[in-house]
Amino acid sequence: MGKMNSTIKKEKLGAGRLVIYIILILGCVITLAPFLWMFLTSFKTQVEAVSIPPTILPRQWVVTAYTTLKDKIPFFLMYWNTIITSVITVAGQLLFCSLAGYAFARIHFPGRNVLFILCLSVLMIPPSFFILPQYIIIQRLDLSNTLHAIYLPNLFSAFGTFLMRQFFMALPKELEEAARIDGCGHGRVFGRIMLPLVKPGLVSLGILTLRFSWNNLMWPLIINTSTEKMTLTAGLSFLQGQYLSDYPAIMAGALLAVIPLIVLFAIFQRQFIAGIAFTGIK
Amino acid sequence: MILPLFIGLGVFYFYPVFKVIYDSFFHVGSFNKRSFAGLGNYQDMLSDLKMWESLGNTFLYAIIIVPLTVILALILAEFLNTRIKGRNVFRVIYFIPTVTMSVAVAMMWRWIFNGDFGILNHIVSFFGGEPQYWLSEKNSAIACISIVSIWMGVGLNMIILLAGIQGIPSTYYEAADLDGASRIRKFFTITVPLVTPTLFFVLITTMIATLQIFDVIYMMIQAKTAALNETQSVVVYFFRNAFEYSKKGYASAIAVLLFVIIMIITAFQLRLQKKWVNYD
Repeated sequence: MGKMNSTIKKEKLGAGRLVIYIILILGCVITLAPFLWMFLTSFKTQVEAVSIPPTILPRQWVVTAYTTLKDKIPFFLMYWNTIITSVITVAGQLLFCSLAGYAFARIHFPGRNVLFILCLSVLMIPPSFFILPQYIIIQRLDLSNTLHAIYLPNLFSAFGTFLMRQFFMALPKELEEAARIDGCGHGRVFGRIMLPLVKPGLVSLGILTLRFSWNNLMWPLIINTSTEKMTLTAGLSFLQGQYLSDYPAIMAGALLAVIPLIVLFAIFQRQFIAGIAFTGIK
Repeated sequence: MILPLFIGLGVFYFYPVFKVIYDSFFHVGSFNKRSFAGLGNYQDMLSDLKMWESLGNTFLYAIIIVPLTVILALILAEFLNTRIKGRNVFRVIYFIPTVTMSVAVAMMWRWIFNGDFGILNHIVSFFGGEPQYWLSEKNSAIACISIVSIWMGVGLNMIILLAGIQGIPSTYYEAADLDGASRIRKFFTITVPLVTPTLFFVLITTMIATLQIFDVIYMMIQAKTAALNETQSVVVYFFRNAFEYSKKGYASAIAVLLFVIIMIITAFQLRLQKKWVNYD
């Protein structure tokens, strides 16, 4: 009897597991199918992409969409602009946010709480709120249509400061006291002792900032109107506006634009996922 | 050490807050020509039907997207919290839309939804349905925008919820196993109640993000069409006033309104959390 019971249980478990598998696989198909369709379209000719009935696989794999992309928009330049501005944004945020985060977590100075609350208040305001004055400031500084315009307002992040503060808060006090007894100033304590210990925090912030900077649309869209100074998001928007019916070209551009982050994610998936998950736990 | 940050925040964030509020009381035209408007911009909003429609759309997006995204994410997180083969592969695949540029995602789906040559219409007509211009008609366009947003948002929230579920002490489940509780029962009596703090976080962030929906609408709906007027969110309408119609004062007033709305909804959720979120 006992034996029979356990086999029934097992069977039930097996069926439940099967349902879970089916749903999970279905979810994967829904997630990946659009990418596959984008990939296949990008290797078709413009005529084949709009043929009726449609072909699933390209009749003939052609790379025209890729080779002509640079004639439609300065694609490589846009790529380069995106890389440069993203790297600067990440580096800037890591520097400014870890400095300020350390000060908020570890140094007692007058007005600390007031300043920290001021910093947090920025977090509650939607980004589009700042964009109009930022646009006017950048224009006043005569920086529109430069790469500086793209990254400048994004070097400073209230969220990043908060994140780094949380990491610095978690470090034991004794560490710093020992270093102070040895005669280290705040600068040395910060650079030599504390910073290496919050590496997971830096990685999290770096990943989140990279994702934001690489994919950000509204700001690059308005601030730089010359195609030579556009990043990929604004450039793709421009491409779609100009070549509305050249579907293979649009798909090729979109595909090339998303590859770097997907590849980076594939390599650093553990850090990516931990970085994102961390924001939820805090 | 905080000086560099605060110079930056001051110029690009603190000052703009006051500037936007100040500007919302002016008519600011092209070339920054300005004249005092008092509450004029806010009065204009009351009688601006496009404003009301964009507000209604934004709430509609929130009502559709937020619950579906969070529920799907929770279900997937629960499934991925089992010892099954290929768990990590699933996790990685579901996360891909999160690292993909929303612009590219929108372009990709726009092509799928294309009324003349889109694959969706081919599939629909294969099953005997009627092909449609999905992105030109209000209701179907809003449905499409919502589907794409959910598709993009589930993976991110799933990862956060999964981390929350994995933080639940296993002793609870062991005790339930001794009582012979079923998986579904354990999900509703242990997992859901104990993951409510994370669930609350996910709900708030998804809500705030959805109330500011922009990229997908901007990239999927044809510019300068009736469909855009019918489907635009508050942020899209703000954007068009600020940078297409050059009505910067009016746009500032819209930004202020959006901020107030987000504040009210978030405050409301914070009040409500006492009723359903368990902190131990």
